[in-house]
Amino acid sequence: MERIPILKMGEFLLVTIQVDMHDRLALTLQDDLTEQIVKWHAHGVLIDISALEMVDSFIGRMLSNIANMARLLDAQTVVVGMQPSVAITLVELGMPMKGIRTALDVEKGMQTLRIYLDSNGYTQDGNGSAEI
Amino acid sequence: MHDTLRKDQESLLKEWIALQAKTSGRRMSAIEEKQLETHCGEFLAILQQATQDGGDDISKSEWTGARDFLAQLSAARARAGFTPVETAMFIFSLKEPLFSRMRQEAGDARTLTDSIWKATILLDRLGLFTTEVFQKTREEVIARQQQELLELSTPVVRLWDNVLALPLIGTLDSARTQVVMQNLLEAIVQTRSDIAVIDITGVPTVDTLVAQHLLKTVAAARLMGADCIISGIRPQIAQTIIHLGVNLEDVTTKATLADAFAVALKRTGYAVTRVKNSSGNAS
Amino acid sequence: MEAQKSETHEIRTSQDVVSARQAVRRCAVELGFSLVDQTKIVTASSELARNTLDYGGGGVATVETVRNGSRAGLRITFEDEGPGIADITQALTDGFTTGGGMGLGLGGAKRLSNEFAIESEPGRGTRVTILRWKGL
Repeated sequence: MERIPILKMGEFLLVTIQVDMHDRLALTLQDDLTEQIVKWHAHGVLIDISALEMVDSFIGRMLSNIANMARLLDAQTVVVGMQPSVAITLVELGMPMKGIRTALDVEKGMQTLRIYLDSNGYTQDGNGSAEI
Repeated sequence: MHDTLRKDQESLLKEWIALQAKTSGRRMSAIEEKQLETHCGEFLAILQQATQDGGDDISKSEWTGARDFLAQLSAARARAGFTPVETAMFIFSLKEPLFSRMRQEAGDARTLTDSIWKATILLDRLGLFTTEVFQKTREEVIARQQQELLELSTPVVRLWDNVLALPLIGTLDSARTQVVMQNLLEAIVQTRSDIAVIDITGVPTVDTLVAQHLLKTVAAARLMGADCIISGIRPQIAQTIIHLGVNLEDVTTKATLADAFAVALKRTGYAVTRVKNSSGNAS
Repeated sequence: MEAQKSETHEIRTSQDVVSARQAVRRCAVELGFSLVDQTKIVTASSELARNTLDYGGGGVATVETVRNGSRAGLRITFEDEGPGIADITQALTDGFTTGGGMGLGLGGAKRLSNEFAIESEPGRGTRVTILRWKGL
């Protein structure tokens, strides 16, 4: 079964969504991600949607769910790489995307996560995972 | 009509060209005159060919050559700034020389009236055709200019590393907002800016719709990872916004672009310090 | 206004939702829509295709190219024989959900389109039509 790959990038997890997602794939992603967050004690998740040419309310809700689940597991989520036409459409659609941080790309996304974690008392230990 | 065209081609052509030159409101340059001669010559030949069969339905295939020629001529004139009358006169000015020759050649009044009637119907249709093409071309020019105007009037300026400025001038309607958002987001991608200052000093009125458009723009920028500061809020605008109950809680606002710039610099980790003037006075 | 090209797509599985919106994207590109306009109509179609699947029990999407004078447009109709909608006005209000999620579907699709029409009656199924003109 196809799954969306989750990469460990230093202290963060990186999810790159490249395919047109259908329901089962989205649910599998949620399962996999929550597992990985716990496994690696990750405190930050980056979701790269730069390959998505469309984000509808289903995908928006999925991103929201992921961010909320991650937060319960003490991890912050940043969605990166939204295409301009997608952003304009989302705004017109009226999708609030509340509680989801966004950044221009992976690099800025990591900066954002770093700044948030630093200012909230998380520090990096030698293993590359953050402990409070 | 075909016969008349064939018989007196030379003199007909000369008279037709002269008439257009006379009635055109402008003085034609040598190049324009030469062009006119070429066009008229070409068209008379085409007209001769097309009238061979004596039909007057210009939508038929025999008239394709004539239609194409006129369409090209008309579109070119529309783009070059000719008036609709000048363009239509290309056809209509042919009537005078044509009919005067028909009158000379005609045997009896009956045949004369007949041929003139047929000819005038035909030429009217051709004339109207040129006007249609002219109109359409003009509309295309206007549409393109409107688009260009829209894009030109929403420049995005790079104030500093990571800081963009978007000075809005004029009303912010739905169409303009789309262009503004596109320009802004593209600039954010290219310059990788973290902050965009939207200055509304030049926006005359802010009503609920304009406020919605502004908020949409701010939301779109945020999705691209950039925060917005709205500056240029005049006292009346501030009052209107409160009275309308518009929710600007999530957005930083400043009275002037300068204040907004200062905040932007601070947020992106820059500080401005005064350097002692070491260049001295003129001695 | 006359319809020219027309294609139909069954919507029975969530993979069909993906196919349907890919078809809309293809048609929009063929018609020469700007990228933003493409994205808007594709997103609107995705919303409605999902509704057809999740609330209509499956249905059919018809994608048509239409012309009105010199204007060209893309029109998509979503039809299902599901339970139908009792209160359309309420359904068009954002956030309204009957089963946990129709929230933005209808209202969103309407906002993303130039023209929007809906016919629905309880027990009689639903039919939603959206249209976007090129360059508007």
